[in-house]
Amino acid sequence: MQLHRFHGGLKLADETEASTADPVLVMGVPAKLTVPLGQHIGEATEACVQVGDHVTKGQRIGQSKGYIAAHVHAPTSGKVVDIDLYPVPHPSGLNAPCVVIEPDGHDEWGDARMEPWLDWDTRDLRALRQRLRAGGIVGLGGAAFPTAVKLNPRAGQRIHTLIVNGAECEPYISADDMLLRTAPEAVFEGIRITARLLGVERVLFAVEDNMPEAMRSLTETLPTELRDLIELVSVPSIYPTGGERQLIKVLTGQEVPSGGLPADLGMVCHNPGTFKAICDTVIQGRPLLSRIVTVTGPGVKHPRNVEALLGTPFADVIEAAGGYAEGVDRLVMGGPMMGFAVHDDSIPVIKATNCLLATRPQDTPAPGPVMPCIRCAECAAVCPAQLLPQQLYWQAKAKDFDAIQDYGLFDCIECGCCAYVCPSNIPLVQYYRYAKNEIWAREKERHKSDIARERYEFRQERIEREEREKAERLAKKKAALKNKEADGDKQAAIQAALERAQKKKAARAEESAKDSDQASGSETTGEETSTTDNTRDGDGR
Amino acid sequence: MQQVLMALVPGTLAMTWFFGWGVLVNVLLGVLFAVAFEAAMVAARKRPVMATLADNSAIVTGWLFALAIPPLAPFWVTLIGIAFAIIVAKHLYGGLGYNPFNPAMVGYVVVLVSFPREMALWPAPSTLPESPLTLLQTLQTVLTGSLPGAQAWDAVTRATPLDAMREGLVSGRTVGEITASPLFGSFTETGWEWVGNFFLLGGLYLLFRRIIHWHIPVAVILGVAIPAGFFWLLDPDSFASPAFHVFSGAVIIGAFFIATDPVSASTTPLGRILYGAGIGVLIFVIRTWGGYPDAVAFAVLLMNMVAPTLDHLTRPRIFGRTRGGPPPGDDRA
Repeated sequence: MQLHRFHGGLKLADETEASTADPVLVMGVPAKLTVPLGQHIGEATEACVQVGDHVTKGQRIGQSKGYIAAHVHAPTSGKVVDIDLYPVPHPSGLNAPCVVIEPDGHDEWGDARMEPWLDWDTRDLRALRQRLRAGGIVGLGGAAFPTAVKLNPRAGQRIHTLIVNGAECEPYISADDMLLRTAPEAVFEGIRITARLLGVERVLFAVEDNMPEAMRSLTETLPTELRDLIELVSVPSIYPTGGERQLIKVLTGQEVPSGGLPADLGMVCHNPGTFKAICDTVIQGRPLLSRIVTVTGPGVKHPRNVEALLGTPFADVIEAAGGYAEGVDRLVMGGPMMGFAVHDDSIPVIKATNCLLATRPQDTPAPGPVMPCIRCAECAAVCPAQLLPQQLYWQAKAKDFDAIQDYGLFDCIECGCCAYVCPSNIPLVQYYRYAKNEIWAREKERHKSDIARERYEFRQERIEREEREKAERLAKKKAALKNKEADGDKQAAIQAALERAQKKKAARAEESAKDSDQASGSETTGEETSTTDNTRDGDGR
Repeated sequence: MQQVLMALVPGTLAMTWFFGWGVLVNVLLGVLFAVAFEAAMVAARKRPVMATLADNSAIVTGWLFALAIPPLAPFWVTLIGIAFAIIVAKHLYGGLGYNPFNPAMVGYVVVLVSFPREMALWPAPSTLPESPLTLLQTLQTVLTGSLPGAQAWDAVTRATPLDAMREGLVSGRTVGEITASPLFGSFTETGWEWVGNFFLLGGLYLLFRRIIHWHIPVAVILGVAIPAGFFWLLDPDSFASPAFHVFSGAVIIGAFFIATDPVSASTTPLGRILYGAGIGVLIFVIRTWGGYPDAVAFAVLLMNMVAPTLDHLTRPRIFGRTRGGPPPGDDRA
């Protein structure tokens, strides 16, 4: 298969040997599980159990409200002892809502367990999608985007290629590597289910060339009937090949449009762990309750991969890897390039926890002092998004937020290559995050003030309109009143005229009774005419 | 920066061999003054002095300035030039990374236009053992501004090949007649040629170590050579050969060591090519039709002004977009 190159990137030393020596250790149930409700990217999930409730394994404890969201389940049976804010793995270090479960030790699935679907092949697609949603699956490569959303293409969008992202490019992480060595069958089943859901024509299964064991395991277990569908591809291990956009470029030579999604090219990309979770949910009826975590770095005694229940404290996971080595000072969730340091090892494993990396001071020599940017553009040479990081840096520093967007700030994937090569030790990615947050905040602010202004203008307009209408109504009323008065005059005039006429009639009758005179008759006619004129005048006024 | 200093060593030694001890004396003075002014400015700006000096950028500035001026120029030329380079061109703009102009070239241009007589004191190229001045005599000359004993300036100094070419062409001689001198080697005077070769060696080392990229040096040299070659082919009697242009004066050191200063150069790949080519063409134009025999400093400073615009106009295509495509939409949806 013809492979392509993306611009820049880094050749980083592979550090996975230590953590791949032993098989994946399935950890037991810890003394307490702290399960965060927000473990995915997207809308909030709300607790659907109460303190004191008994929950069974796999029972839904967090109900997603939006479309881009994922449910959360009890990883084991036990009692809900608290629902409150607890520290969670997040760069901000802020607390977030969690359900705390005290396991009862029975690890019982209650009656609510989804029935296994060995016959998933005959189920209709709607039901399959519903089940995936019920399983609370998110992308397990680290981004934690709700999987069901990606498996439900928009109307009119045809997905022809499914990409399996086995390019684990961060130097220390080996969770996918170990999964592919130990459970390739489940991954293939997950692929089969997904391929059916999306109706794809081909599956490109990318594995980095520094994972030969995983490749061998896949080659040996690839079912014969899938050989026409799935193509195993060994890709060069250049960081960040594991980035979705970079991997698609490597495999197909196509670039996902800026601001678009792989689906715009008819492709969908998932991590191998996600396929295993799909298989577990659909075939076994087991929602996402645990994940493989690489526990590694010179700061742990026995680096390895473990399968830990979601909600297990980091400290327990470290313990399972032999505990800390002497003098550890830094614990990172994720890889050395894109991970973030955590300051508390009581925080729980979540769906996005692919790696825990512990280091000692001597392993990560403090970067030299930050020096001025000399515009050497080494950062531009390694930027996989083909940006000019040095210009973005200047613009972020100058808070020139229009220019920085014009230079593609939001195309930055925050891979950290630029900061890695910077000879002046500038923490470039921090500047980009700052600029992004600042722009979002301003946009929110602008949106708010727009709404406020619209409301104000609407209110002003309404008040004006009401006043105008009031004035019109008043004018009408006045006019109507005047008409009435005018009508009154007319009536009176008519009345008066009638009375006069009657008087005259009476007088004439008397006169005609005496003598019949022509002249007085014409006089009467003149009187009558003038009365009519008076009436017309009153009308015209 | 240490790598740049190392790469300057062979060319500097070659220059010393051909032009006498004055080269080394100037380099030492230049570096000394540069570091002193840098330290003073950094202290005045209340920044950490030692940490800032550790970037060695002042040493590079002082060294390059010293190589640009005549080896027998009096010390106060160096003092004034470096003062202008470090104080005005560098620190008044905000220090390393913020200077729009190449500091060494600003300093050089200041002394070039201010002290034309002192800036013409280039000795005739010979070899160090045959040099008319010993190390001590050179020191004396540089520090006092006059030659020791009864030596006359005319006996010691000589027009540079670029000067000779310019004068010769103006007075109506042909290129062939001018270059008939026994001092001439294959392209230009032997001494200048060899100095160029050793700076080229240093430049190739920087390329090999990826301290600099090929774009600027290649573009500068081609920017000089292509127009020079065109006119030379048209009229070889009135226009010097492209090889003469490239190896005379400061083109090689300019291409590899001066134009590649990242702070004041363009930073995009295409921008660097245009920037380098602009410098090359300007060098040829000023040499041929302008008022100065060499023009590297002017060409570099002129292109320094254009660098930010070049950067803006030559932005690379962003991943997932077409070149010059629609402006970025809302990418956060």
